[in-house]
Amino acid sequence: MNIDSIKNGLVIDHITAGKAMRIYDMLHLGELDCQVAIIKNAHSTKMGKKDIIKIDSAIDIDLDVLGYMSPHITVDVIRDGQRVEKKHIELPETLTNILRCKNPRCITTTEQEIPHIFRLANAEKREYRCIYCDTKASNL
Amino acid sequence: MKNLINILDLSTKDIDDLIAVANDIIANPEKYQEACKHKVLATLFFEPSTRTRLSFESAMLHLGGSVLGFSDAASCSVSKGESVADTISVVSGYADIIAMRHPKEGAPMIAATRATVPVINAGDGGHFHPTQTLTDMLTIQHEKGRFDHLTIGLCGDLKFGRTVHSLIAAMSRYEGVKFVLISPEELKLPGFVKQEYLDSTGTEYVETSSLDEALPQLDILYMTRVQKERFFNEEDYLRLKDSYILTPDKMKLAKSDMIVLHPLPRVNEISTAVDADPRAAYFRQAAYGKYIRMALILKMLEVRV
Repeated sequence: MNIDSIKNGLVIDHITAGKAMRIYDMLHLGELDCQVAIIKNAHSTKMGKKDIIKIDSAIDIDLDVLGYMSPHITVDVIRDGQRVEKKHIELPETLTNILRCKNPRCITTTEQEIPHIFRLANAEKREYRCIYCDTKASNL
Repeated sequence: MKNLINILDLSTKDIDDLIAVANDIIANPEKYQEACKHKVLATLFFEPSTRTRLSFESAMLHLGGSVLGFSDAASCSVSKGESVADTISVVSGYADIIAMRHPKEGAPMIAATRATVPVINAGDGGHFHPTQTLTDMLTIQHEKGRFDHLTIGLCGDLKFGRTVHSLIAAMSRYEGVKFVLISPEELKLPGFVKQEYLDSTGTEYVETSSLDEALPQLDILYMTRVQKERFFNEEDYLRLKDSYILTPDKMKLAKSDMIVLHPLPRVNEISTAVDADPRAAYFRQAAYGKYIRMALILKMLEVRV
């Protein structure tokens, strides 16, 4: 399968297989005018199978979303057809307005204006908890 | 320390200092009777309370200060749809310190971000209740004389029991403290308390559903009420409310120097026949609440006597 190389833009690589569509939605890539390619179940020597997203535009994306969604993810920055940077995404310490707290007793259910913030509670288990009520985030 | 939201906002040294001041207040109350003259405490109780609100108000009055506030969400602008953040911004202009209780977990944290005066969490839903823990610790210091090497049984609703969560956070910092967690399956201690306060500190604990089996090993039995207001489904409440009832017969299984604590109010989880037992310390515990809150108000207003 051939997908054109991009000239200026981003390649989100090493996405856990099956998570590309979720990332596409969370980064609101459907709202872009440029070409966006989603490659599912690509061969990977390290991961077996992986997903890849290619974005043909040098946009700013929320790296925290990527770090939370998939553990080995990388972002290649492409300029004039060349990779100029490879970013390894760490697990973010906090996630702001990416997840919503599911605890019906949490203050976020009634205060409309406050940001929904989760903190990294256990990096090994990739576990996040609401900063207000300590409820564990459900996995995406 | 500007706010007290979680008991861990206080170090063990802070707690020792507060207890020392509380004990000095007990011994020399007249020394403190004008310490907070011209200062105003706002008690914002979005959820009903007897002991906590009255002990805060009594504490401020005994320090020579004044109090204002409300004891029911229906009697304030929240009933008109005002947010906690806006309420706090307004009250910050009327008071020097705020004690706040709210049924939603995390509400005092929101309040602290908006307030220009110190905020004390007086209980947020089933989450935390740090000033009850200070009361519990003043009681433990008086009754047991130490915080280390104690086996503490926590019995009843450990899931929504905010006093239990804060007490575990505080006491897991002392050497040789062991917890026996006694609850029905549905009301077991939440994962975040186990993970962040017990596992992370290497504190020993066991979980059981049998009060009888746990009783003989305990130095402290901390009873809690199954709280009707935390259930969305009344059937679940009715099924669980009588899970544990402490009676004089059960007290025969306990050590002669064990103490029974309870944050109160009780419904039926401690038979009134136990009240006469000298090991029943819960009414003495309630009285300590005023003194430790006096010490806390002094600390947070940075008043030295």
